[in-house]
Amino acid sequence: MRNFWSIRIGRFRLGDIFFHVINGIIMVFVIVIMLYPFWNTIAVSFNDAQDTLRGGITFWPRVFSTYSYKSVFKNKLMGTAAVNSVLRTALSTILGVLVGSLIAYVLSRKELVGRKAITVYFLVTMYISAGLIPNYFLIKNLGMLNKFAVYVIPGLVSVYNIIVIKSFIQSLPESLTEAAMVDGAGHFRCYWQIVLPCCKPVLATVALWCAVGAWNQWFDTFLYASGADHLTTLQYEMMKLLSSAMQSGRDLSSIYGEGQQMANTVTPTSIRAAVTIVASVPILIVYPFLQKYFVKGVTLGATKE
Amino acid sequence: MSKFQKTLKKAAGQKMLYIMIVPCMIYTFIFSYYPLSGWIMAFQNYKPAKGYFKSPFVGFDQFMFLFKDVEFWWSVRNTLAMSLMNLIFSFVFAIVFALLLNEIKSLGMKRITQTVSYLPHFLSWIIVCSLVSNALSTSDGMLNNALMALGFIDKPVLWLGDQKYFWWVTTFSSVWKETGWNSIIYIAAISGIDQALYEAAELDGAGRFQKMWHVTLPGIKSTIVVLLIMNLGWVLNASFEVPYILGNGLLQDVSQTIDIFVLKYGMSIGNYSLATAAGIFKSVISLGLVFGTNAIANKLGENSLM
Repeated sequence: MRNFWSIRIGRFRLGDIFFHVINGIIMVFVIVIMLYPFWNTIAVSFNDAQDTLRGGITFWPRVFSTYSYKSVFKNKLMGTAAVNSVLRTALSTILGVLVGSLIAYVLSRKELVGRKAITVYFLVTMYISAGLIPNYFLIKNLGMLNKFAVYVIPGLVSVYNIIVIKSFIQSLPESLTEAAMVDGAGHFRCYWQIVLPCCKPVLATVALWCAVGAWNQWFDTFLYASGADHLTTLQYEMMKLLSSAMQSGRDLSSIYGEGQQMANTVTPTSIRAAVTIVASVPILIVYPFLQKYFVKGVTLGATKE
Repeated sequence: MSKFQKTLKKAAGQKMLYIMIVPCMIYTFIFSYYPLSGWIMAFQNYKPAKGYFKSPFVGFDQFMFLFKDVEFWWSVRNTLAMSLMNLIFSFVFAIVFALLLNEIKSLGMKRITQTVSYLPHFLSWIIVCSLVSNALSTSDGMLNNALMALGFIDKPVLWLGDQKYFWWVTTFSSVWKETGWNSIIYIAAISGIDQALYEAAELDGAGRFQKMWHVTLPGIKSTIVVLLIMNLGWVLNASFEVPYILGNGLLQDVSQTIDIFVLKYGMSIGNYSLATAAGIFKSVISLGLVFGTNAIANKLGENSLM
């Protein structure tokens, strides 16, 4: 057998050719598996709802229609949801980056008395969580139930992000801050004017993580704000659509269509497809361009742990 | 400048550091440490109207009740089963994917595959579950269509309605979502392996797979161990969203995890004490897993996390 694979065709061994062909096929298969479900959803979302029921939509819409999108955008709850999703993402990202980098800066200062204890104080929270019920009571006692604050405040400090930023700060040359200190700059100025601008690459990474996390969050709406329609988010609306489809397949046209003639042109499947696309498009547009930051952050976090 | 002045200056500088960090520590205390006091509920028959101080203490009664409850043990079994399947398959798929991707010679192909493989990581679980339920649907679902076209099955299989498939559905949902992302770190580790090792192995007559097995895998061993430890601590948290979203009444016996148990008894039924007890049980197991794997890693002589 060994001899067979070693047969050479030109410069190449037969075994090598065989391996590369199989490997190439596997990779193409991976690409198809990763992309197709999403691509198919796009096709369905642009297809006429009634026509979709006949089945057989694969890569392209058969009867092109933007009606599903129109009815999604006309729905009042969806507009609110979109605004809330954008707002919570923006606020969580900005605050998350500021607080995370602030803590990381302090923890990176070797001269800080009690540095180790404070570091452990933050690290421990990565492993111990009080759990759902105590956290629910905390939010309730803080008066944040059905308030917008619940989207931003509770998740402000991420220890993992702190570790990533800290290891980046520690990789900066010490002379950078030393020079500023000699010139009489305080720690806050040092953080704000020197370290922060130098941390741009890692802050980009952390900002993207915060943004993706906030954008994709649905459970806090479900748990803490499900009683307030004005606080709904895109992911939560999607969750409602999905769970009603999972439970009974209840017809949503009564909610999304206006009047009878529209009830026929909207189906749960097409609405769900359209909302899927609306809720994931911002991320899809952004991630291919910023992936180098993502990737850098992952390796930074794991190697310096 | 005298020594005294220097110390004073340093102290002043330190004061600023404390002003920066103390508010964050108070915040962390409120949101991470203070809620631990809620664990008292598990030892009480807690009634929100009475609060912690007036609710009667019942010792370990809630835990006793929990441990006699068949439904709870089902939830524990489901949590452990789905978490372990998830962990094992995620690791294997990510490592194999990294190894295979590393063998791709064309840079363009490599980058495209990698970029595409990250895509699902950025989608929310809700969206992923929606795509999964579409793909597994009996009416025009992608999987059933493909299997029927290939002649493996005659009529569509009800993937989401049958208890025996459910764990596999949750496992492969996570594999689909995270394989590309998880492989990043292995790809980075592989690129850090000394090329001389490969050349030496080649001189010794090692083939492609022998090089993978004897050079690449040992080269990323410590990365694998560190990630295994990190993931074991969180593994029980991972078993919430997919079973919660994709599970339904028919599947409850196999889909209900500890988290769903807590949500059901705590938020829907209002038995806060029992739900908190179940939550504590989960936290303790999680911690045990972290320390356990850390100790094993220490024994094996790997760099441990803590």
